[in-house]
Amino acid sequence: MIHFVVHDEGDSVGVVVVEGVKASQELTGWIMDQDREIQVRAQSDIPIGHKLAIRALAANDTVIKYGVDIGRAVAPIKLGEHAHVHNIKTKRW
Amino acid sequence: MSIDPKNATFQGYKRENGRVGVRNHVVILPVDDLSNAACEAVAHNVKGTLALPHPYGRLQFGADLDLHFRTLIGTGANPNVAAVVVICIEPGWAKKVADGIAKTGKPVSYFGIEQHGDHDTILRASKAAKEYVQWASEQTREQRPLKDLWVSTKCGESDTTSGIGANPCVGNAFDKLYPHGVTLVFGETTELTGGEHLVAARCRTSKVREDFMRVFDRYQDVVNRHKTNDLSESQPTKGNIEGGLTTIEEKALGNIQKIGKKCMIDGVLDKAETPTGPGLWFMDSSSAAAEMVTLCAASGYVVHLFPTGQGNVIGNPILPVIKLCANPRTVRTMSEHIDVDVTGITRKEMNMDQAGDKLLEMMFRTANGRLTAAEALGHREFVLTRLYESA
Repeated sequence: MIHFVVHDEGDSVGVVVVEGVKASQELTGWIMDQDREIQVRAQSDIPIGHKLAIRALAANDTVIKYGVDIGRAVAPIKLGEHAHVHNIKTKRW
Repeated sequence: MSIDPKNATFQGYKRENGRVGVRNHVVILPVDDLSNAACEAVAHNVKGTLALPHPYGRLQFGADLDLHFRTLIGTGANPNVAAVVVICIEPGWAKKVADGIAKTGKPVSYFGIEQHGDHDTILRASKAAKEYVQWASEQTREQRPLKDLWVSTKCGESDTTSGIGANPCVGNAFDKLYPHGVTLVFGETTELTGGEHLVAARCRTSKVREDFMRVFDRYQDVVNRHKTNDLSESQPTKGNIEGGLTTIEEKALGNIQKIGKKCMIDGVLDKAETPTGPGLWFMDSSSAAAEMVTLCAASGYVVHLFPTGQGNVIGNPILPVIKLCANPRTVRTMSEHIDVDVTGITRKEMNMDQAGDKLLEMMFRTANGRLTAAEALGHREFVLTRLYESA
């Protein structure tokens, strides 16, 4: 069963595509561009559609999704942690 | 089933100017807010007609007024419209709009309210509308080649599943339509922020690329001039954020999936401007759903592909809006709004090629007359874009 989807293997984050993901749950991710699977343990409860970090990020690191810059981390983000507006901000506007 | 675009046809209404529509509306069109009540009364009197009330049309000037007229005339001229009755507070601008629509050759009449009052205007306009609706009811569909179909796209209440499933599904469909001379459009200028370099790279010529970057930079200036924060909760919207989208860059990269992997951008359109040939056009436009779809209709598009994540419920009075969704929670909780379920993509039960075919199959069924969810539910959002304050 696929719990989260990653666009490209170089991405920092994946998207949870099932409801009810809980902290400490072992998750299976599908990397779409390379069509392979990875395992990550969730560090937080993560709602459907929200992201988890698939690699650890430090504050001010660039966050990559679709292989492209989608903003910067404004706090450290652990592998498997919920990654959203509380720890990522736009570099534009 | 697999779609064969090369030989695909649909059943449409061929209009006087050669364009082909997939709906057969008789529209009662107010030029201004003051004429809404009379238009709605006519639509109440004459069954099968459609009033398009809106809040604008008074004391606009310059480019904003030009856009107002272009949108109203384009809406009336759209081949999904068989005939039009135009009502304005005074006859001068009613005639201006009617004359613009009449260039298509379709039946159009206009009425001014001043020196008549609502009662007499409603009586005279209702008589014209009754003749039109009976005439329109005898128009018949005929088999037309795919290239006669003009297809627009814009997404709404996107979330991360939009970029994974629903938007690339539209992109797959666009890649299949593009080689067969279909006239396509996308837009949402601010919602390309962070991915504008990817769009620029898809422009067919350096002239198109310059046109695109000029309108993109202009819109960035508008945001930068008026913003009071980083636009969080406006762009991305509160709903986008609820759905897991974090930044405008992330939203834009999902949005751009709608133009597929192969089609090239052949030209840039101003708002509500009619394209001059087949291909993929970029229209400089708002990213607000009803505004953008209203502009697509005014540009002459006859069917619209609308991916959603969190469940935008928008429709349009004259342009059928086909909703597709890859978010299983949205499909479970809002199924009455979704025409095409592509949730199988994230479960690996459906590949993108199959999803694109499923969407195209629904597009042909819709073009042939099947009502969309938004049409069946009465979603008729007609929203005019304003550029600045009235005089």
